Amino acid sequence: MGDLSEFPLKYKIFLRTYGWRRIDPVPWADVQKPLAASRVGLVSSAGFALPDQEPFDEAYKGGDPSFRLIPHDSDPSTLVEHHKSDAFDHQGIRNDANLAFPLDRMHELAASGRIGSVAPRHLSCMGSITAPSRLIKQTAPEAAEVFVRDEVDLALLVPV
Amino acid sequence: MSLVAAELERKGIPTVVLQLLRLITEKVRPPRALCLPFAHGYPLQAPHDPAAQRSVLEAALCLFERADESGPIVVDYEA
Repeated sequence: MGDLSEFPLKYKIFLRTYGWRRIDPVPWADVQKPLAASRVGLVSSAGFALPDQEPFDEAYKGGDPSFRLIPHDSDPSTLVEHHKSDAFDHQGIRNDANLAFPLDRMHELAASGRIGSVAPRHLSCMGSITAPSRLIKQTAPEAAEVFVRDEVDLALLVPV
Repeated sequence: MSLVAAELERKGIPTVVLQLLRLITEKVRPPRALCLPFAHGYPLQAPHDPAAQRSVLEAALCLFERADESGPIVVDYEA
């Protein structure tokens, strides 16, 4: 895996021909602290939400660009997955949200001293957004500002 | 994901993006990417397998410890 071989032909064609937004120039933030002193935040594109949060809108044309904030003390087993794509097997992440939102693993990394701490809030968004203009202009800057306010030092972004 | 990573980096927060398709990584160019050899739906390799999940996360964290001064950085995960 790691290539297009797992996908049916229609997805292979889409993935090859879609007009992917090229990041140019590539921004770069230098790491300021050792990992053992760094607060680390997660960003997931698996479309997870807590049971009391508004579900992602699967009918949103071009993909729902909104975010949900997942508190650090949430139980991953309570996360509800709303990813709309039929291009992948959902069973793994439905059985264990840590597979795409590794909150338990982050707490273990903090407890072991490998990272300094786990961010107080993490970001959950929907993947497979084919019309990302609103994401780029509005929701991603708003989401990033949450990490700035929470003094997050490093971010790990996990796809699905 | 990569577009969110770019926004975080512009705000001063270093990122590592896990990627399941190297093809897309090379087109979009997130600042730091770890390419994974797993199927979509299984970004941290296996459900209910903390050791496997930790292995992927550890590889991602190592990208923050490199001495790179600019990106894009693309690294293939090796178990």
